[in-house]
This record gives sequence, structure tokens and C-alpha cells, in this order.
Amino acid sequence: MSDGATRFSAPPEGYRIVALDELSAVYHRASGITHVVASPAPEILDALSGPAMSADALLMVMTIRYDLADADAAALAALAARLDELVAAGLVVATP
Amino acid sequence: MKHQFAMRVGPVGYRIGSAWRAPVEQLAALYAGYPGADVPDFTVRLGPPSPWRRWLRPAVALAGDFTLPDTAPLPLAHALLAAEMGMNLQVALGHRRHLLLHAAAVERGGRAIVMTGESGAGKSTLATLLGARGWRFMGDEFVLLDPATGMIHAFPRLVSLKNRAIAAVAAALPDARFGPLLTGTPKGDIRHLVPDARAVAAMDDPAMPALLLFPRFGEAAAVRAVAAGEAFVRLTQASTNYVALGERGFDTLTRFARDVPKVAVDYPDGEAAIAQVEALWAAL
Repeated sequence: MSDGATRFSAPPEGYRIVALDELSAVYHRASGITHVVASPAPEILDALSGPAMSADALLMVMTIRYDLADADAAALAALAARLDELVAAGLVVATP
Repeated sequence: MKHQFAMRVGPVGYRIGSAWRAPVEQLAALYAGYPGADVPDFTVRLGPPSPWRRWLRPAVALAGDFTLPDTAPLPLAHALLAAEMGMNLQVALGHRRHLLLHAAAVERGGRAIVMTGESGAGKSTLATLLGARGWRFMGDEFVLLDPATGMIHAFPRLVSLKNRAIAAVAAALPDARFGPLLTGTPKGDIRHLVPDARAVAAMDDPAMPALLLFPRFGEAAAVRAVAAGEAFVRLTQASTNYVALGERGFDTLTRFARDVPKVAVDYPDGEAAIAQVEALWAAL
């Protein structure tokens, strides 16, 4: 899915998020389903709240925002996995 | 139906109909101090599963606004249990004005302790014992969380004491009023306790939740702080209408899980539990 061409976005009006200590509860308005997520899912949702972007661009944004020094291929793969989960949950919209 | 009785428990009005006189008389006696219900929210009907079973090996089948399929009829001697199960079921499946938590609660000075946990964790016993020590008993089955205010509303129905708790509570509350001992029910021995007059008189007074406890009976005394995320997940499992309330339920429950102090309490017996609860309360 995260092949570089696919663009991702998470419009803030699509969900509600509340931080609960180390976890966050996310209410997905379209499905009425509540998800309980850990970092970096809330950070990904926040980074995707504006214009749609590719997975590479998302990683760059995350690296700058959260001062991630090890933004290598493994980090990208981990990010892609989290991103795929958020897409499967409907919280992130993927546009090919 | 032939015999009827109406009353209100907290914000919920009930009408109970019965094919027999005895269950209605039992209910009327036990709920004697409760207000009537002019416009009931829910109806519970106690009738025979087939016409002849009104007289022949009489059995009670539950019916009402909300029912569960394949509920086995109970013998007529257990009609009181059937009525209580029916009343709980209506609230669990039909109530939408509040977020429902399967929990017990007690109040002091306008602030409340909410206790939730699996069946057998000791919620009912603990709430009853605290009620005998100056706390106001708010309920042992459902706590009603108000989405608008975050306050909890009382639902002080009859306390359903099971097995060992029957003797323990009878010893602690020698002057309390009890229903008949129901032996050999699907949940073992059951005896209903009438909440004290103060609990009934003040049942329309809400309270602000100040402490959320996860009690567990039968363990060595221990106290552990519970994180908001874990509490939230456990509370969604303890709510019968969280999903039905949608975003209103999400907002109500996240606020509750985030803002109220949360503690897991293991306790070996009632006296130890009361000491632990009082110590936690004093430290708030």
C-alpha cells in the first residue's frame, strides 16, 4: 500500500481522540467503533490531519516533528505497518 | 395482566405485570418505600410459559419490552428473582439517558465511589457494608453516568446477595429487611436486601464520582493504581450501552476514565476492604 505513490490523509472531523495516560482512545465517527491505540498512531493521525501525503513524506514529517534520528528503511517499514493498520480501521484514507 | 405493580428506582419507572398474585405482593412489600411510576419507562411481565403451567408445576417466563431469546423459565418460587432479572434486563438493553456501568456505588458528602468488577468481585457486599458505615448506598448493579454533567445517578434496586454474602451481610446489618431466601437458583442461593430508607429517600440526588475502584475478593490485601487506558477498556466491557450511545458514550466514558482516580483493590475480607477504602478516601 505504501508504495510511494499512494497518498494518505486523516481528516480530523472523521474521528475523536482522547489521550488516556500511555494509550489513546479513538472514536471513528463513520463506523461508531472505538479503537484503543498506542504511540505512534496518535502522532500519525495528527501528522495526516492536513493535506494528503505519501508514506515517505509522512516519515519525513514525523522525523522532523519528533526528532527521530533513525529514519531508515526499518523505520519506514514499521511506519508503513502502523499506517496500514490505521487504513484498515478506516481512520486513515489511502488514495492511490 | 391480572396483577400489577408500578414503582420507580432512581430515574427508571417500572410496571410489573404478573399472572399470579404472590410475586406482585412480594415486590410491593419489598419496594414499599419507593415512589410509584406515573409513566413507566419499562414493562416486565411474569407469566406461564404455556397456559397450563399457570397451575401445573407453575413456572415463570420473562417477557417485557426487551427480552433475551431462550431464557429458561424459573419455578414460581423464584418469581422474585425473575422479576429482578427482568427489571435489570430492561435497563441494560433499553436505557439510553445515561451511560450504564455494571457497578456499585456509595456516596459521602456529594462525592461517590464507583466499584466495578466481575461477578463475585464483591461489589454488592462491599457497597452494602459501606452503607452500614455511614455511606449512602447508591446501587449495586448499575451506575448511571450522566453524559451532560459527568455525575452519577443512583439506581438503588433490591440488593441481590448470593451464597456466602447472605450470612455476612445479615450479620453486619441485623435490622435490615430481607426478602425470602431463594435456594437452588441458577446462581445458587439468593436473598434480596432492601436498601435502607436513606438510600431510597436520596435516590434522586446525583453525586460527582471521586474514586473508581476495581475490587477483587479473596486475595491478600493489595492496592495498585490503574492507568486511564486500562480503566477505559475495562469500563467499556462493564457498560451495557456504550456502543448504543455512540459518540456521546465515548465522550462520557473517556472523561470518566481520565479524570477520576482509579485504584485496583485486592481484599481478603469485608473488614479489610472497608479499611482499605477509607484509607484511599482519606488520601484523595
